[in-house]
Amino acid sequence: MSATILVADRLSHRFGGIQAVNDVSFGLQEGEIVGLIGPNGAGKTTLVNLMTGVHRPQAGRIRFGGVDVTAQRPFEAARRGLARTFQIVQPFPRMSVVENVAAAALFGGARAGVADALGEARAQLDFAGLAGFADRPAASLTLAGRKRLELAKSLAMSPKVLMLDEVNAGLNASEIDGALDLIRRIAARGITILIIEHLMKVVLSLADRVLVLHHGQLIAQGSAAEIVKDERVIEAYLGRKFAQRSKAETSRESAEQSGG
Amino acid sequence: MARGLIFAAWALALAATPLWGSNYIVVLAVMIAMNTALALSWNFIGGFTGYPSFATAVFFGLGCYAGALSQRAGVAMPLAWLIATVVVAAFAAALGAIVLRLKGHYFAIGSIGVVEVMRLVISSWGSFTGGGDGLNVPLLAGGPNVVARTFLAVMIGLMAVTFIVTLVVDRSRLGFALRCIQQNEDAANMIGVDTVRYKVVAFTLSALFCGTAGAAYASWRGYIDPTESFSILTSIKVPVMCLLGGAGTVLGPVVGTAAFMLLEEVFWANFLDYNRAILGAVIVVLIFFLPGGLLGIDWRRFVAWLPGRPKVAA
Repeated sequence: MSATILVADRLSHRFGGIQAVNDVSFGLQEGEIVGLIGPNGAGKTTLVNLMTGVHRPQAGRIRFGGVDVTAQRPFEAARRGLARTFQIVQPFPRMSVVENVAAAALFGGARAGVADALGEARAQLDFAGLAGFADRPAASLTLAGRKRLELAKSLAMSPKVLMLDEVNAGLNASEIDGALDLIRRIAARGITILIIEHLMKVVLSLADRVLVLHHGQLIAQGSAAEIVKDERVIEAYLGRKFAQRSKAETSRESAEQSGG
Repeated sequence: MARGLIFAAWALALAATPLWGSNYIVVLAVMIAMNTALALSWNFIGGFTGYPSFATAVFFGLGCYAGALSQRAGVAMPLAWLIATVVVAAFAAALGAIVLRLKGHYFAIGSIGVVEVMRLVISSWGSFTGGGDGLNVPLLAGGPNVVARTFLAVMIGLMAVTFIVTLVVDRSRLGFALRCIQQNEDAANMIGVDTVRYKVVAFTLSALFCGTAGAAYASWRGYIDPTESFSILTSIKVPVMCLLGGAGTVLGPVVGTAAFMLLEEVFWANFLDYNRAILGAVIVVLIFFLPGGLLGIDWRRFVAWLPGRPKVAA
């Protein structure tokens, strides 16, 4: 079994009267892809914000590579190798695409100088399929392009753990296929990925393991196959229809397998 | 490199004013050089970083007083300027660590508040600062022409140093970080920019040369008082000069200050009663129609748009 790289230990966070994250504990193993699902307002983004220093957890500890990083600030998380993308994309709009990525390489990836960072940025744009847009202003990209830009920016920081907050939201089917392929190639580099996602198709096809958050609490975790059968998850998030359809699909598949 | 050449030509033109102009023209050139240094300074925090600071008068006024008090204590003039520079830089770093927690309008209002607080403190602390009576500063020997030429050289030198620092910052890691902060501070933080530290550095840079300018101004004039040193108009005019040329660019503050000072001369000369109102109108027009400043205008399109010109096919 590989080493645990990131540990959340009994994290809690409250905004006014809302308990956004309530006593959540989990660990990420090096190199795995973990899905984080749950209804809107379940606390998924807050959890990522806690892990990357945007908010300091009111209770609990975070350890990254054996070091306690609970009190880190966002720029420290980035330099340590804890990168994240935003649900609402956050480009530097008046810079070119390549400058956006170079900024991440320079400050988050600790590149020696601006020229070095620009070189690294071009390589990451190639990888993310944005090489043709390098010199355009970031504001001119389509939504799918901006999501790719977010990914290229996080990759330029040479992260060990990458948290993807709804990178597929708002994309059409073919764009999603492209994004899925990109995420698989990122994982193949050995980067540990925590992916927040509403599209079950994406979660089921990517995640080695799934965490389910509801009202700030971790109500289930396990393999994707286990999760879709879990009564609490069906009740809270997936819904009966999805459960029946997925059950029907599995039984048809097994029938076909036994029949064939 | 072209920017450096344009700047050098302009500095030479200012330096040549004593060869052809009256003392009035030379004094105008001194004021242009000084205000260019102030506008270039404001550009670090207001242009590159995008924080609308009204603290220019704080730094300028504090420089006036730090320099004047040092000179009155018997310190040699250039050393007094150096002391003023260091005092203002240290003050700005400490102040920045506090007021840079505010953003947008709140930061602007906070920095205006500091101007008033400083003016009142200096006015009230009569035993140390001379209070409302002001302070006399030892005058430089020589007639008005000699003094004006000396300070023309000093202010052009200061303007050149500020410009060179701007050029260096523009190309450096620091400049890159400041532009990231200006465009999206949260995203900058997320990609590993220590935003607090870089903002304090930018704020200190924006203060440094204002302190030198203030001290040199005090030595030049020979008399300072709280109302003139901490004038809120300084805090308003300097950003307008920078915005008029193009905030966040290297040459913008230089072009903007020249345009503003020359316009102001025309208004003073021709509309003595209404010049402030005209200044106000210029600010409004600037905000609505020239958000990128004079350097942000697409001049080729502008020329094509002028009447009597053949239209360029799109």
